Amino acid sequence: MTDPNTVQLTEDGRLKHFLTTEGLSRELLTEILDTADSFISTQERAVKTVPLLRGKTVVNLFFENSTRTRSTFELAAKRLSADILNLDIARSATSKGETLMDTLWNLEAMYSDMFVVRHSDSGAAHFIAEQVTPNVAIINAGDGRHAHPTQAMLDMLTIRRHKGDIEGKIVAIVGDILHSRVARSQIHALRTLGAAEVRVIGPGTLLPSDIESMGAVPYYDMKAGLADCDVVIMLRLQKERMQNALLPSEGEFFKLYGLTEEKLAFAKPDAIVMHPGPINRGVEIESAVADGNQSVILNQVSYGIAVRMAVMAMAMSGQQTPVNSEEPA
Amino acid sequence: MRYLHIANARVINPQTQTDEVTDVFVADGRIATVGRRPDAGEIEHTIDATGQWLMPGLIDLGGHLPEPGYSQKGSIASETEAAARGGFTHICSLPDTKPVADTSAVIKLILEKAGKAGFSRVLPLGAMTQDLAGEQLASMYTLAEAGAVAMSNARRPIKNSYVLRRLMEYAATYDIPLFLNANDLSLSDGGCMHEGPVATRMGLPGIPETAETIALAQILLLVEQTGVRAHISQITCRRSVSMLQQALENGLRVTADTPLANLLFTHEAVTGYNSLYNVQPPLRSERDREALVQAVARGELAISSNHSPHELAAKKAPFSDAEPGMSQYDAFLPQAMTLVTREELTVEQLVRAISVTPANVLGLPQSLTEGADFNAVLYDPEGEYTLSASEIASGGHNHPLLNRTVSGKVAQVFLEGCRIS
Repeated sequence: MTDPNTVQLTEDGRLKHFLTTEGLSRELLTEILDTADSFISTQERAVKTVPLLRGKTVVNLFFENSTRTRSTFELAAKRLSADILNLDIARSATSKGETLMDTLWNLEAMYSDMFVVRHSDSGAAHFIAEQVTPNVAIINAGDGRHAHPTQAMLDMLTIRRHKGDIEGKIVAIVGDILHSRVARSQIHALRTLGAAEVRVIGPGTLLPSDIESMGAVPYYDMKAGLADCDVVIMLRLQKERMQNALLPSEGEFFKLYGLTEEKLAFAKPDAIVMHPGPINRGVEIESAVADGNQSVILNQVSYGIAVRMAVMAMAMSGQQTPVNSEEPA
Repeated sequence: MRYLHIANARVINPQTQTDEVTDVFVADGRIATVGRRPDAGEIEHTIDATGQWLMPGLIDLGGHLPEPGYSQKGSIASETEAAARGGFTHICSLPDTKPVADTSAVIKLILEKAGKAGFSRVLPLGAMTQDLAGEQLASMYTLAEAGAVAMSNARRPIKNSYVLRRLMEYAATYDIPLFLNANDLSLSDGGCMHEGPVATRMGLPGIPETAETIALAQILLLVEQTGVRAHISQITCRRSVSMLQQALENGLRVTADTPLANLLFTHEAVTGYNSLYNVQPPLRSERDREALVQAVARGELAISSNHSPHELAAKKAPFSDAEPGMSQYDAFLPQAMTLVTREELTVEQLVRAISVTPANVLGLPQSLTEGADFNAVLYDPEGEYTLSASEIASGGHNHPLLNRTVSGKVAQVFLEGCRIS
C-alpha cells in the first residue's frame, strides 16, 4: 500500500484517482494538459456543458474551508453535467466527534461516484482513496502540506499557454515553501515536464529541510534567485507565520521577498508572474506587479476550471473500465 | 529430586560467553546442572530440543500496558501473554496508564493483575512526577516500596531544568533509578516523523534530531551533577550514540536502549502514509539505524520493545491523526532475529542486548548458569508461521508482521522453571 501510484493509477497506467503529481509520467501529465486545453474552447461557447459525467454524483468533501477552490470544482462538475453536493465538514460532522471513517461510510451509502477532498492532514486524500469502495474516484483538492495537484496542473497549463512549453524553462517559486502543498505539487510536475531549473526562494525558516532531494534549488536572495527566470510563482503568506517565530514581520518579508517591479526586472523581460491566490497585496506582491502586464494571475483562475474538468473526466473514465466484469448476463 | 531435562539444545549464554550444544537440568525453578547429569534424582520430563536454541529470557525495558484505563487496546493479561509468546520473561511497564502509575494503588493493581494472569512478570515503572505532568515530584520512595523498579515520565516533558535537577537529586537520595526519555517537546511538538527528505516530500511535520540530542545533553549534564542512577530510554539518533559514548568515556554511569523498530526500519517506511509506522520516537534515517545497530553490537545499547497496542480505529486515520506506536510483543524474538539473519548482529550480541544488558540495568540475574533461576526461551530457528489476527495475543493488531510469515518461532518460555508460553 505504499507507492502513491499503485493507488491512483489503474493497472494499465491511467488515472483512477488524482492524489499527487509525484511519480506521474510525462505522458500522463501532458494528457491532462491536452484534455484541459480542449475544454478551454468549450468554455468560450454559449452552452458550456458537456455530458461526460451525466448521471454521476460528485461530492465536494471539504474538511477545510475554501470558497474559491470549492467553487471551481463545483463549476467544473456542473459543466461536465454531474450532480454536485457540497459538504462543509469543517462545520458539521467532525466537529460533532464523528471520525473520518464514519463520514466516509455515510457518504458511500449515498452512492456517490466521486469525492473531491480537501483536508488539513497530509496524506488524507491518499487515506480516503485506500478506504473507499471501488468505483469511487478521489480528487485531491489539497491535503495538509503535501499536495494540491489540480492547482499545480492549472499552473502548468498557464505556463504552457503563455510560454509555449515547460521544457527548458527556469521557474522560481517564492515564499512559504515549508507549508505549501502547491509548491510541492508544482516541483514534481515541473521536474517531470522538463523544466530546466526549479528554484525555491525564501528565508531558511520557510524552506523545508532537504528540499534539494525533491530536485529544487534553494535561494535565499531574491534577486539572485530571479535572475534569468521565465516564470515567477509567488505563494500566499499566512499571517500565523509571524506568531510561530518563522518571520519577524510582514514588512521585513516584503522588503526581502515581496515581488516589486524592481525585483522582477532581474527575471527575463518576458517572464510571467503567477500566484495561486488569494493574493496579499503589499505582503508578497505589490499591486503594480499583480495587475501589471506580466501578470497572468486571472488567467490561472479560468484555466482552473478546465483542468478540473479534465482530471474529473479522466479519473471517472479510469474508474469505469471493468477490470473483472462479473455482472450477470 | 525430579528434574526437567532439556536435551541437545544450543545453549547461548552471553554471561559466560558460552555457545554450545548441551543438556540442561532444572529442578525447583533453578538450573541444577549444565552439560552433566545431576548426581542424584530422576528425570521427570525430557524435552528433545535438537535444533533449538536455549537462551536467557528476554527482558523489556519499556512497553505500554493498556490497563488500567485503555481497555479498548487490550489488558494486562492479553499483553503479558503476547510478551511471553515473544520470548519475554520480564517486562517493564511504562507509567502512562489511566490513572497514571503515580500512586502505590496503581502499582499494586498492575502487579496483582499480572500475577494472576501468569505470563511474563511485570516490573512496573512508577511515574516520576504527579500525573506525569512534569511539575511536582511523585512519591517515588512509596512507589518503589510498592514494587516499582524505577521511575519514568514516559515521553511526557519535564517542565524545566529546575524540576529535572530536583527529581534527580531526590531519586539519588534513595538510590532510586530513573528511566529518562530525551525529548525536547518545544522542538518535537506537532511533528509526526523524522525531519528529513521523506518528511519534506510527504508534507508531514518533522521531528528534528535536535529534539533528542538537546534533551540528551541536558540529561547527561544533570546526571553528572546529581549522581543519580540513570537509564536513557529509546534513543534513535546517531549523534546520541556518540554523546553516550563520550559520557561513558568520561566515567558517567549511564545505560541506554533503543526501540527494536528503529533497528529494523527507517523513515522510508512512512512513504505511502502507512500509519503503522507512525511511532514515537520516530523512525530515523539509514545512517541513524546503522549507528544504533553498531552500538548494540558493541554492547552499549539494550533493545526495548516500546510496545504500544492500539485498537483498529486509533490507526485507521490519516497519518498524523493516527495514534503513534506499534504492537511489538507477539513475535518479538523472531523479529529481532532478523538482525542476525541479515548478519548485522551475531546471536551473542543480540541475546546480550535483549536479555543480559537489560538485566544489568535492573540489577537482575538472568543467566543460564548453575544455581540461577531458570528464566529462559527455547527458540526454533527453523520454525515458521503466519501471524494472523486470530493468532496474535495482543489486543493491538498494529503489528508490522500481522498476516505475514514469521521466520523462527518461540517454542517455549520458562519463568523460574514454570512454562509461561
